[in-house]
Amino acid sequence: MIADDPLQNVLYIDLSRNRFHVERRPDLFEKHLGGAGVAIELLHETCPAGMDPFAPEAPIILTTGPLVGLMPLASKAVAMFKSPHTGNLGESHAGGRTAVAIREAGYGAIVIQGASSLPVYLVISNGSVKFRDATTLWGMRHATTAARVIRENESGAGVRTILRIGRAGENRVTYACVKTETYRTFGRLGLGAVFGSKKLKAVVIAGKHSLPVADRRAYRRIYDEVYQAAIASPLMKKYHDLGTASNVLPLHEIGGLPVRNLQQTRLDDPRPISGEGLAEGYLGRRLACAHCPVGCIHIAALREPYVNEPYFYKTTMISYDYEPIYALGTMLNITDPAGFLRLLDVVESWGLDAMSTGVVLAWATEALERGLISTRETLGLNLAWGDSATYILAVRNIVEQPNDFYRALARGVEYASSVYGGQEFALAFGGNEMPGYHTGPAAHLGWLLGLRHSHLDNAGYSIDQKPTAPPPTPETLVDALMKEEQWRQVLSSLVICFFARGIYTPEVVQAALEVAGFPRDAAALTQIGESIYRRKYAFKVREGFDVEHLRLPKRIFETPSPLGMLDEAAMQRALAYAKARLEG
Amino acid sequence: MRLTVVDSERCVGCQLCMFACSRRTGMGGMAESCIFVTSIGGMERGFKVVVCRACQDPPCARVCPTRALEPKPEGGVRLYPDRCIGCGRCAAACVVGAVQWDAEINKPMICIHCGYCVNYCPHGVLAMIPTENHALAEETAQ
Repeated sequence: MIADDPLQNVLYIDLSRNRFHVERRPDLFEKHLGGAGVAIELLHETCPAGMDPFAPEAPIILTTGPLVGLMPLASKAVAMFKSPHTGNLGESHAGGRTAVAIREAGYGAIVIQGASSLPVYLVISNGSVKFRDATTLWGMRHATTAARVIRENESGAGVRTILRIGRAGENRVTYACVKTETYRTFGRLGLGAVFGSKKLKAVVIAGKHSLPVADRRAYRRIYDEVYQAAIASPLMKKYHDLGTASNVLPLHEIGGLPVRNLQQTRLDDPRPISGEGLAEGYLGRRLACAHCPVGCIHIAALREPYVNEPYFYKTTMISYDYEPIYALGTMLNITDPAGFLRLLDVVESWGLDAMSTGVVLAWATEALERGLISTRETLGLNLAWGDSATYILAVRNIVEQPNDFYRALARGVEYASSVYGGQEFALAFGGNEMPGYHTGPAAHLGWLLGLRHSHLDNAGYSIDQKPTAPPPTPETLVDALMKEEQWRQVLSSLVICFFARGIYTPEVVQAALEVAGFPRDAAALTQIGESIYRRKYAFKVREGFDVEHLRLPKRIFETPSPLGMLDEAAMQRALAYAKARLEG
Repeated sequence: MRLTVVDSERCVGCQLCMFACSRRTGMGGMAESCIFVTSIGGMERGFKVVVCRACQDPPCARVCPTRALEPKPEGGVRLYPDRCIGCGRCAAACVVGAVQWDAEINKPMICIHCGYCVNYCPHGVLAMIPTENHALAEETAQ
């Protein structure tokens, strides 16, 4: 590490005592680079076994990496915490400006512990932390209003990030999210609820810093190489043009798009809520995360008249991506784009994870259809496929939790189905609601074995879609998933966006790290990836994770995938092999 | 040639131009950037891209007490950092806010219209325009 690199500064904030201090930890960054690698070490240091995720001492860890602020497409922030959703490892990544703001404010990591006695928001800038009273912002219906107040009160426009929660986080819905820059999300595993348990409404981080490099000429050379590759890449063009929503039509065509709680894998007419359809009818603006030439963020402009007042309109700007389209669109059989956008907007304004919310609603709809629950539980709501207006009312109930049923829904589909039945169609994997791919066995195995139960852990959906001859055995599938997940630990320690994984090859990563003052050869990088993976797995085991206890929802074996019916015996064989490998 | 914002509506807020401007000096980060991009009240409303307009009679130079900023014949100013005492009057005098500030060295960051940032704007927001065509370029821009 270059001697005066501010990356080594770890900022500790204690919300119980309104204090903060900085520790220099070059050891952490030298050994584990940053991002996920440093975060898991800090989690081991600050989160003892069996910690209640809502205990005041439970840590929130935010990390950035050595390439942030130096290289394009390296601007993801990593959050680690004890997940209130799974009771195990909580890890979530977000784009926006968070990673750049942490680095430019002069830190490599931030650790927030304690719980405030009154609602607060934090302002981290100019080497100091301010604790601001957020009493008046607590309980606001629209989280965007609270964010607007903070934006106007605080300085640093243009060089800051604003992380904030909504009512779902305040009310500790276990899959409440944290939004950053309005449109990017620490979505999964309930970081928002941990904020809420600490009475932490928002965190503002701002700053401008010069970052040293080891060799100025080499720096500009590797920068240009990555930049040129990014703007010439067809994948990058795809994400710039239509965004991740471009995946809707291909997944529909191959029959891998989960529809009606995965009872089907195709829509009658996918076009209206496809990337193409939304772009034609609604696309209002495109945005980019800091230091990203791609700009995959797509914002729909939903223009609606007020019913009782002619010529009076409101225009709502709503960010859409593939996963929310899947969860709040296809999974619920909502194909009317305006209805989908209205539902998505409500989910975002309460601060819920869109993916988990959609899967929870899909389970509840099927449970109602099958008579496991009645309108007594739903408080009169007739949840029905495609009925976005009723889903909007149900979402409010999940946040406000007026009865036992909605209190159960607020804990996710694994818990709700353990109380009301219907586990066979409760689509959670490792306790986390499923992502939008029924592409084959690798997708499902990937979520089960992925250490944060995310499709981004190991991209099984991608393995499914690249058939090989001969086809993979259960064992080779597991090997491929683990190899990918281990390399992704390197990428997420450098907080490189996974969309750029094709550009950041091991050779490019080495060259970029060299100018950042972290010379590492290929073998060292591989070893770092394996070691981070092991450290995360060790945390999971300590908190009770066991491959043997993983539940395979029956539904995935009832609905054909593009690769045919999934073979349960083969999946079990894969899990047994994975367990042996992990414990070996 | 002058650096010109030809269409701020195409700006996606990536700030690659700010990083590029700092990188001219060989440093990472944004502290040394002379260009500034910020949202106009929430990202959904778009961005403003603030660049030096290379005034013919630059107010920033007029208020400088130490002649650290000297007007250039083609418009704009040249900074003599050794003369600068960091009083900040130049930044206050620029109504468009184009004088950026490097707090690490307490000096203004003054755009020299080198056009390095233009090479890193993938969305056509920025361009280098011959000084005589500058007014026309701005007129046709959004």
